[in-house]
Amino acid sequence: MLSFVNFFLLPGIVQGSIYALGAIGITLVFAIMRYGHFAHGDLATFGAFIALAFTTMLGVSPYIALPLAVLATGVFAIGIDRLFYAHLRTMPKIITTIASFGVALMLRSFVQVVWGVNTTSYARGITRPENWFGIRVKSHELVTLLVAIALVVALHLFLTRNKWGKAMRAMSDNPDLALLSGVDNNKVIALTWIVAGGLCAASGFFLGLNTELKSLMGWNILLPTFAAAILGGVGRIEGAIVGGLIVGIAEELSVLVIPGEYKVMSAFGILLLVLLFRPTGLFRGKVL
Amino acid sequence: MEWITVLNYPVYLAIFICIYGCLAIGLNIQWGYAGLFNAGVAGFFAIGAYTSAILTSPWAEGRLGGFDLPFPVGLVGAMLLAGLLAWPIGKICLRFRSDYLAIVTIGVAEGIRLVARSEEWLTNSARGISAIPRPFGDLPYAKAQLVYLGITALILLVAYVLVQRQAVSPWGRMMRAIRDNESAAQAMGKDVPYRRLEAFILGSALMGLAGALYVHLARTITPDAIDPMLITFLVWIMVILGGSGNNRGVLLGAIIVWVIWSTSEIVTDQLPSEYALKAKYGRMFLIGLLLQLVLRFRPEGILPEKLRKEPREERRVGEQDSVTQATGNIIN
Repeated sequence: MLSFVNFFLLPGIVQGSIYALGAIGITLVFAIMRYGHFAHGDLATFGAFIALAFTTMLGVSPYIALPLAVLATGVFAIGIDRLFYAHLRTMPKIITTIASFGVALMLRSFVQVVWGVNTTSYARGITRPENWFGIRVKSHELVTLLVAIALVVALHLFLTRNKWGKAMRAMSDNPDLALLSGVDNNKVIALTWIVAGGLCAASGFFLGLNTELKSLMGWNILLPTFAAAILGGVGRIEGAIVGGLIVGIAEELSVLVIPGEYKVMSAFGILLLVLLFRPTGLFRGKVL
Repeated sequence: MEWITVLNYPVYLAIFICIYGCLAIGLNIQWGYAGLFNAGVAGFFAIGAYTSAILTSPWAEGRLGGFDLPFPVGLVGAMLLAGLLAWPIGKICLRFRSDYLAIVTIGVAEGIRLVARSEEWLTNSARGISAIPRPFGDLPYAKAQLVYLGITALILLVAYVLVQRQAVSPWGRMMRAIRDNESAAQAMGKDVPYRRLEAFILGSALMGLAGALYVHLARTITPDAIDPMLITFLVWIMVILGGSGNNRGVLLGAIIVWVIWSTSEIVTDQLPSEYALKAKYGRMFLIGLLLQLVLRFRPEGILPEKLRKEPREERRVGEQDSVTQATGNIIN
């Protein structure tokens, strides 16, 4: 039982919370701007490498670099929107999806040109897991979980208590009505990008912290994050979190039944099943 | 030096243009005519490449194969299998908007790459399949290349003529109707999901054909030869730059993009080796930027889709409107 927790459940939850952070961003963009954002994975890579740049340039610990990277990536995401997506808003939404595909390629090649293609990490050496009543947790896993929970709680409070958070939800529910009620669409979009970009950087950072940093890591989590967002229901924050955890745990458990090489395909399997049987997702989100 | 060797590079370039032309026409059926976002072009390309490789290569220890079938059988097999793979995907995803199709096709492409990498009995995993025959491959290098160019050009021409005939026939008109206004087409009694599936399978089969043509040129295939992002992306930019919905346009796009992509490699190869690798990624960055610029300044492409003209009077009155509407239609 304990070994099940140690080897499958705990890594699954850690991986799942990384997916959840990304999936929240995808689900927000999907619901508010109504297109699938395919550059999300590579934006996570970008955020992770920005954090790396802060640690090496300023010589600070990665945990101090995290908030800086979150902020920088959020602002950067607004810049991407202004440069590449803003002028496509009047066109069919799928055009923006294509543009995001191009942005993904640009972000990735930017990372490859600046930081190269070799794998790196934030800190050298192996951390020894701590033992809590037989459950072995590494310190960075614990930090991942705590920060993920903190971010989600903060986001929830923002969306339910703050004026701008409510405006975001209003625009997700009905953009025309929101516009008529005096919600400034451009501000809401900028805000969405700050939130989505910031969470995205956090997911990339924790992915790099728990495994290693490489230029393709974001692209590789794109499929599971999308699967998590769609499983939870598009537009549902709580859905994205549950979806992320399910996908993360399912991935870890899948090695019990399928060969390890195909572990990453379990997210794909979940995605197909959701689209077949319950396209609105667990929490009854939107279907575009 | 014989005159024929001078042509080596242009011929090589032209063969690849024909192969990518095939991919671009396949994507044009899906995106240009039916509005389907296939982000896994490389996956269908890979299926075609591996199918033809397995069907036509001689027997080898430890993997499926040894059928030694002739080249045309390989091509047909590649098309059939790529089409067959497209069927269930289309069945599941074509009910939704294309974003869902895009993410699922990305998954398919990744899955195929995983299979190619790990199933030793099927694809010989990382070592790949080699000694794949090429028609008239016994000729000296330069002549064999020239003959192969002839074959690929002929196949591309046949594909182009057939697809173009389809596009100007009632079928093409119906597809555009479904793309531009799904509910109106449905109200006219068109079976929208079935027609979309048709276009998706047809396009995927052409992508499989391109994969087979590639594998008989390279004569060997490994999982690393199929870079999912690169192939998919190059084909997309060819279609968008050339003009989606216009077969001549996407062929022009294939020529322009491949010439830029391939000749820029000659330039970057002159750089010292520590920069050469980075320059490769720099080129990919520029290709991504090119897509953004096309979407920004000429979303209808160089050769836009020809839509039937509206009556003169109306046009003059609402000129601005009809122009914006036409652009919307093309890229929708």
